[in-house]
Amino acid sequence: MKSYVTPEYIVERDNDKCIRCKVCVNQCSYDTHCYDEEDDCMISRNENCVNCQRCATFCPTQAITIRPNPNRYRPNANWTQEALTGIKKQAETGGVVLTGMGCDKPNLTYWDRLLLNASQVTNPSIDPLREPMELRTYIGSKPDKLDLETAEDNGVVLKTKLAPQLQLETPIMFSAMSYGSISLNVHKSLARAASEAGTFYNTGEGGLEKSLYKYGDHVIVQVASGRFGVHPDYLDAGAAIEIKIGQGAKPGIGGHLPGEKVSEEISKTRMIPLGTDALSPAPQHDIYSIEDLRQLIYALKEATDYTKPVFVKIAAVHNSAAIASGIVRAGADAVVLDGVRGGTGAAPRIIRDNVGIPIEMALAAVDQRLRDEGIRNRASVIAAGGIKSSADVLKAIALGADAVYIATAALVSLGCTVCQKCYTGKCPWGIATTDLWLTKRINPDIGAKRLAGLLRGWSLEIMEMMGGMGINAIESVRGNRLVLRGVGLTDKELEILGVRMVGE
Amino acid sequence: MSKNMELKDVTNNIRKNLILKKNVALIDATGVYYRDLNRLLRSLDGNGIKKVEICNVYGQRYIGTDLDDHLNIDIYGTPGNDLGAFMKGVNITVHGNVQDGCGNTMDHGTIVVHGRAGDLVGHSMRGGKIFIRDDAGYRVGIHMKEYIGKRPAIVIGGTAQDFLGEYMAGGVLVVLGLHMKGEIRHDARFVGTGMHGGTMYIRGEVRHLGEEVEVKELNKADYRILGSLVYEFCRYYGLDAEKVLESKFWKLVPVSSRPYGRLYTY
Repeated sequence: MKSYVTPEYIVERDNDKCIRCKVCVNQCSYDTHCYDEEDDCMISRNENCVNCQRCATFCPTQAITIRPNPNRYRPNANWTQEALTGIKKQAETGGVVLTGMGCDKPNLTYWDRLLLNASQVTNPSIDPLREPMELRTYIGSKPDKLDLETAEDNGVVLKTKLAPQLQLETPIMFSAMSYGSISLNVHKSLARAASEAGTFYNTGEGGLEKSLYKYGDHVIVQVASGRFGVHPDYLDAGAAIEIKIGQGAKPGIGGHLPGEKVSEEISKTRMIPLGTDALSPAPQHDIYSIEDLRQLIYALKEATDYTKPVFVKIAAVHNSAAIASGIVRAGADAVVLDGVRGGTGAAPRIIRDNVGIPIEMALAAVDQRLRDEGIRNRASVIAAGGIKSSADVLKAIALGADAVYIATAALVSLGCTVCQKCYTGKCPWGIATTDLWLTKRINPDIGAKRLAGLLRGWSLEIMEMMGGMGINAIESVRGNRLVLRGVGLTDKELEILGVRMVGE
Repeated sequence: MSKNMELKDVTNNIRKNLILKKNVALIDATGVYYRDLNRLLRSLDGNGIKKVEICNVYGQRYIGTDLDDHLNIDIYGTPGNDLGAFMKGVNITVHGNVQDGCGNTMDHGTIVVHGRAGDLVGHSMRGGKIFIRDDAGYRVGIHMKEYIGKRPAIVIGGTAQDFLGEYMAGGVLVVLGLHMKGEIRHDARFVGTGMHGGTMYIRGEVRHLGEEVEVKELNKADYRILGSLVYEFCRYYGLDAEKVLESKFWKLVPVSSRPYGRLYTY
C-alpha cells in the first residue's frame, strides 16, 4: 500500500560546508543519510529522519540543518498535522500509534504558573555560598511521636524504634527506567552518579544487572507486575523496594518489551528466554485491593526482614488522594506519584496524552488528604513526571513532596533530545536501545559526570532559591505552600493547589 | 541479609511455643502472630536446624520467605496467603490446605501440599516445584517464567479454575484431574490466555482455551518431562504413576512467543 504519510522533517545539507566525511552516515541509526560514491554526493532520506539532532551535533563542519517539513497540510487548529498523520498511519497498519517520552501537549503544566517568594527587608535572605544550607532528606515512615528517656549521663536516649530510612543528600532521585528500555551503560551512569551524589537510582522493572550490585546502597529495586528479575538476591541488593502499580505516561496499562530487544544480557537480567516478549500485565495479579497491596508490601518486608523502606508508585489519576491514603494505611513507607507528563520508553500516544492528571494537582491533593487524616508522617511522598528544572523541584517540595524523581531530565543530561522515538530501540544517542553498536555511545564515566553535574547544578540553584527566601533547610520548605503564589489560575485551581494568588 | 536477632531473643518471646531437639525444631503456632512466627523461623535458619515442624498453623502468612538454608518445614494446619513468597531453597510440606498466592514469585525449593490450594498458585515463579494433591483455584501458574537452568514446575492432582497458565512465559504446568471419573474434562475457561512460553500437560481435556494456545500431541521428550513430574507427585502421595500416565494427555503450548507483536503502527 502506498503510504500517504509525508516526511516530518527535511534534512538540509550545505554542500559548500560538507566534506563528505560520512560522520552523519555512521551516526544515524535510522539510515537517513547515505553517500553516493559514483557522484561523490550525500543523499538524505527525509522520511527516515526523526530530528534527534545526532548528525547535526556531530557534523564537524555544521553543514546539516534539520527543518520541519514546510509541506504541511492546510493549517487547522482542530485537524492538526499530528491528528491527520496518526489517522493515516492507523489506516495503513490497523495498529496503535506508539510514542516515547512524556506528554508533549502544552496545557498540562502548572509549575510555570506557580511563583516562589523571596525575602525583602523584613526577613533577611541567606547567602548559601557562605552559610550552611541543608538539603539532606530522609525518605521513610516517621513515627507518630517520639519516646525519649534520660540517660545515666543526663543525655537523651531515643526509645522509639525508627522505621528504615533512605538518606538523600539532595532531594532528587533518578526515576525507574528498566534495563531493556535503556542500556546497561545508562544504568551504570545512573548508578555511579547516584552513589557519588548521595542519592538513589531506580532499576525499573527489568532487574539489576550483576555488575551493578555493588552500587546497591544507592539502588531502589522495583517490583512490577511482570516480576522480571525479581528474586531474593535482587530484593536484598537494593536500599529500598518499589512496588510499581502505575506510571504517569500510561496509567492503567501494562508494559511490553518487544522480543527483538530481549538480547542475551537482557534475558539474563530479566530472567526470561532470549527473544520472547517481556509482557508486564496491566495489573499486579496478586493485587486487586488495598488489602492485597498490604499483603505484597508485607511479603516484601518479610523477604527483607523489615530492613528496607517499601515504596508504592502510582500514576496520578482522578482519585489519587483516596488511593494514596489507602497506600499509606497499607503500610507503604513512601508513596510515589507520577504525573501525566511522566516519560516512558513506549506507550500508546492516545494513553500518554489523554490519561492521568498533572502531578502538581495530584501532589497537592495527596499531601492535603494525608494531613487531614493525620497520617502524613507515616509515609514520604515522592513526586515525579515532568520535572524539568530545579524550580520545579522546589515547587514540588513546597506543595508537599519529600523528594522528587527525575528521568527525562537525567536522559537529557546524557544527550537525549526528546525526539520521542524511544520505542524504536534505535536511539542514535545510545540511550533507549540495547543495540551494542549504539549503546557504546554512552561512556559510563562521562555519563556519570554529566548526571552528577546536573544534580550539583540543581542543588546549588535550590540552595540559592531557599537562601533568597531566608530558609536554610529544605525541611522548612516541605509542604510550606506560603512560599508559593499562583498566577493565571482559577479560584478552584488555587484551592486544590492550596496556594494564594499573586498579590494576595 | 540481616540476621540481627539472636535465637534466644526470639525464644524469650515465645519460648513456650518452641521445643528444640538436636537439629529439629518443633513449634506450636497457636496464637502466634505471623511476624513473630517468621522471625522465629529466620532465627532458626543457619543455626544448624535441619527440620522444623510447625503445628496448629491458622492463617499465618509468608511462611518460608527469607530463609537461606535448605530447611525442611512441615506445616500442620492451614498456612495463610503467600506461603513461600520469594522463597529460596526451602522444602515445605503442608499437611492441610493452602490459601492464595502459594509460591508467589518463588525462586527455588519445593512445596508439597496434602490438600487443596487457593488462587494464584506459583504466581510469577521462576524456579522450584509446587505439588498440590487436590484442586487449586483461579490463575494457577500465572506469569510463570523460566531461564537458563531454571524451569519451575507445578503439578495439580485435582483440577484448576479459569485462567490456568495465564501469561505463562515458561516452566511446566501439569493438571491431572485424578478425582474425575470416566471422561476427564476440566471445567476451566480461558486456559493459557496470553501464554507466550512454557508447556502445560493436561490429563483429559479442557472446556475452553485462550486464543494464544494450541493443543499438540505429546512426543517422547514430553513424556520424559511429564513422567518425571508425575512420578515425583505420586511418590509424595502414595499413588500409582504408571496408571496416571496411561490416560490421554493434552499438551498446550503458545501459538507464538510474541502474542502481541502486531499491535502497533510504525
